[in-house]
Amino acid sequence: MNLAVIEPTTSWYLVLAAVLFGIGTVGVMVRRNPLVMFMCIELMLNAVNLSFVALSASLSDINGQTAVFFVLVVAAAEVVVGLGIIVSIMRRRSDATADDLSVLKG
Amino acid sequence: MLENAWLIPALPLAGFIIIFLFGRRLGEPRAGVLATLMTAGSFVVTVGVFFALLSRASEDRHHVVTLFTWLPVGSLHIDMAILIDPLSVTMALFITGIGALIHLYAIGYMHGDPKFSKFFLYLNLFIFSMLMLVLGENLLVTFLGWEGVGACSYFLISFWHTRDSAATAGKKAFVTNRVGDWGVMIAMFMAFSAVGTLSYSGINEAAESGQLAAVTATGIALMLFIGACGKSAQLPLYLWLPDAMEGPTPVSALIHAATMVTSGVFLMTRMNPVLHVSYHWVMTIIAVVGAATALFAATVAVAQTDIKKVLAYSTVSQLGFMFLAIGSGAYVAAIFHMVTHAFFKALLFLGSGAVIHGMHHQQDMRKMGALRKVMPITAMTFIVGWLAIAGVPPFAGFWSKDEILLYVYANNRGLYLVGVVTALLTAYYMTRQVIMVFYGEARWHDQSEEHGAHGDATPHESPWIMLAPLVVLSGLAIGGGLLQLPFSSKTHFLEHWLEPVIESGERNIDGTWASDNKYLLLLVAVVIACLGIAGAIAVYAKKKAPALEPAILANGWMYDSSVSRFMGGPGRAAFSGVARFDAGVVDGAVNGVARVVGSTSNALRKVQTGFVRFYAAILGLGVVVLLAWFLLRGVL
Repeated sequence: MNLAVIEPTTSWYLVLAAVLFGIGTVGVMVRRNPLVMFMCIELMLNAVNLSFVALSASLSDINGQTAVFFVLVVAAAEVVVGLGIIVSIMRRRSDATADDLSVLKG
Repeated sequence: MLENAWLIPALPLAGFIIIFLFGRRLGEPRAGVLATLMTAGSFVVTVGVFFALLSRASEDRHHVVTLFTWLPVGSLHIDMAILIDPLSVTMALFITGIGALIHLYAIGYMHGDPKFSKFFLYLNLFIFSMLMLVLGENLLVTFLGWEGVGACSYFLISFWHTRDSAATAGKKAFVTNRVGDWGVMIAMFMAFSAVGTLSYSGINEAAESGQLAAVTATGIALMLFIGACGKSAQLPLYLWLPDAMEGPTPVSALIHAATMVTSGVFLMTRMNPVLHVSYHWVMTIIAVVGAATALFAATVAVAQTDIKKVLAYSTVSQLGFMFLAIGSGAYVAAIFHMVTHAFFKALLFLGSGAVIHGMHHQQDMRKMGALRKVMPITAMTFIVGWLAIAGVPPFAGFWSKDEILLYVYANNRGLYLVGVVTALLTAYYMTRQVIMVFYGEARWHDQSEEHGAHGDATPHESPWIMLAPLVVLSGLAIGGGLLQLPFSSKTHFLEHWLEPVIESGERNIDGTWASDNKYLLLLVAVVIACLGIAGAIAVYAKKKAPALEPAILANGWMYDSSVSRFMGGPGRAAFSGVARFDAGVVDGAVNGVARVVGSTSNALRKVQTGFVRFYAAILGLGVVVLLAWFLLRGVL
């Protein structure tokens, strides 16, 4: 089997995106460190971006790539706000986990 | 001049505002002088408007001054507008004229009262409201004045509110009037839904052109009549007026004799085209209620011992006469009697105020007597008022009462008989009062000794500021009949003046037996008056017969006390039942809903755990469920 002959198809990219998304989801749910949870969310966002680009290329539709730009912009804005909050929490209690931050419980 | 008509209500309003802001600084007597000047100024403007209106042709005497749009709500469009026509100007003339005289009198009467400026505050507000009532171009502006005079009446009846009886009387007047106000409101709703406007010209034109169905007109007329019964103290709502005598005497003269209580008569006259197209029995009801009230109140007045209570019941009785006139289609006669009654009843009340003032707040006639020697001017003017109300020619009351009786005779002879008996009783109880107060032996000596410590306790004549209005009013009570003399149609000045307003409703009695024999009826009226006077002289001056004053009459046929007992007993129980229903069922339903919502959300609150990872898990689960739904929908 000649590996050089194998051309990656769209499905490959979609599978990769799904795997990345799954990793991100599990990460958000099992990790307690806010910073790591945040990185997992970024991972999920980029998994979606990957599927957008892959489908855009296979369907020859530019709209998919446009959507990616929107996601990037929103993600950047989210990072600014989210990291700001996380940094200020960490300054106050450096050992805080996401489960400790539950003052809004009903 | 007509465009300046807004000044008529504006001047008393300005007086009210100035006294409201600076009343305490103005003090006595400047607050009173200011209030008097404002009302007098309003009178001067009214006279100007009167002459401006007089210079127009009879059918042109209708002018509307629109000040601003008050309520533009959908198809309901109400202007704050003033209607200048013969009826409103007639009303405004005697309201401001007599009002100014009574203001002047009150400066003397309220001398030394700690709430002197507040009294004039209310008086000016009253004059303003009363003028809005009569000048209003639509029912709602009139209703504004209607409620305004009701509120002022309440303030002024309970003016000496530290006295328990005065506070109670004020409340009673207010509550009883509310019963009537409800009728006026319903009438307004009906008029709006039937005609689409509340303006008098709109409603009356609809009635005249036949657009208003007889059923609707009947409803409107009946509801307005309920309102008029409340305001003008007719059976069964007359209860509050005798108690209203707790207020200072100028108030009794101004509000509870001359002006406010006549607003019911005014309203019925204003709406006469509607009355005209309603079923015939409406007029009969009005006439019967009026006649019953007139007779009822006259019998009660015979046995009263309080000088003001006699006059109060007499006012109720005379108002009954006015409604009897309206029910007989004699609007001119009703307005005529309203004007002359305003003259002589204001005079009588102010005279009784002078007596009370001179007697150091003694109101019991049994402790008076022979006062003509110590207060000659008061006595003289009071006697003029007595002759006027008793119906002795040529005093004002004779002509107006005769005019009413003439129409009543043409309409219904049974009611005529009631009217004649009432006239007889009127002459009788007024003569009784004059004899008890001004003639006979003095019965105040013994009590002047009781009061010896106060120094000068003998009755004294009042200051000129109180006597001047008395003299002016007695002049009017003598000459008021000139407005409408029955001799020929040329002497019917008031009728020609009011003609544009009342032409559709006024009954024509030309050619009836009553009209052909009016001099005979005139003679009957004179004989009746003389009989009443002679009877009272025989009983109270010559003592030829024992006075007939049974307790049941003194207690007003127990009507008041039975109403109190009924409302205090079963009525109160019924209302506490309603209150319990309200607290238990109505409030219970509302509170129950709130409690269910509260406990449900309390349970749901637990879902909010505060763990971010839990929320993420729920989110993920939701996505899975949604995805499953979309994917499986096609399969299943």
